Amino acid sequence: MHPDFELVSALRSGDERAFTVLVERYHEPMLALAVSFVPSRAVAEEVVQDTWLAALRGLGTFEGRSSLKTWLFRILVNRARSTGSKEQRSIPVADPEPSVDPSRFNGDGGWADPPEHWIEAAERRIVAGKLAGQVRVWIDDLPARQREVVLLRDVEGMSSEDVCTVLALTEGNQRVLLHRGRSRLRQLLENELREVR
Amino acid sequence: MKLLRRRDLVCQQAVELVTDYLEGNLSPRGRRRFEAHLSGCPHCTEYLAQMRETIRLAGRVEPEDLTPQARDEIVDLYRRWRSEQSGPSGQE
Repeated sequence: MHPDFELVSALRSGDERAFTVLVERYHEPMLALAVSFVPSRAVAEEVVQDTWLAALRGLGTFEGRSSLKTWLFRILVNRARSTGSKEQRSIPVADPEPSVDPSRFNGDGGWADPPEHWIEAAERRIVAGKLAGQVRVWIDDLPARQREVVLLRDVEGMSSEDVCTVLALTEGNQRVLLHRGRSRLRQLLENELREVR
Repeated sequence: MKLLRRRDLVCQQAVELVTDYLEGNLSPRGRRRFEAHLSGCPHCTEYLAQMRETIRLAGRVEPEDLTPQARDEIVDLYRRWRSEQSGPSGQE
């Protein structure tokens, strides 16, 4: 049997441990995502609690067309959206937003101020445990829609298809948001880590 | 100086294509054009490596630990749901 179905049947038969495993795996990631949609962390916590209950009540409707994780996050996003938006959700994705400050290119579109080296510095700091917390803060500070996509794709490691399902996005918009979010993060890393000249 | 052909990418265009490239969303021709640019441009090659590193670093972000109190609250939900399931007659 597919592991997700095994888990679902364990939950239905009252396996509290199976439920605890699920909660430990997804509660915090769901909370991190929910914060994007609602005015406060307290409200986000309520939304996540509601999601757990809604998921348990709806276990019988889980068909395995998506993974349990995707199904759970989809419930979360639906509930978070209906709970109330922190901002207008209809920011057009089409608004241009350059990946790199245009002033860093010359008139021909070539680099005038090329990317500074920082990958080795990042590796040293991530190994020392000093960078992950900072990256988390930067991701939390991204514009909401970019943040949602980066959290699911790059932090949670979901496929683009699953992210589109969870956030009800087209593939194209998902890619644009991902590109912008990652481009901003890259710039923040460069600002933080570039070697002092 | 090398003459810029019309179909050649410039750096400012190349950085906008990085995600499409990594996602496999460029046409075969677009992909060749992007890779041709990279092969002649160490800065954009560095830029692409940095975008890959950015993705890798985001993947190293761990969720915060659930507090025991939060976990207990959710497990309580589960117990309540179980008792709803069993109903007053204790049947499932």
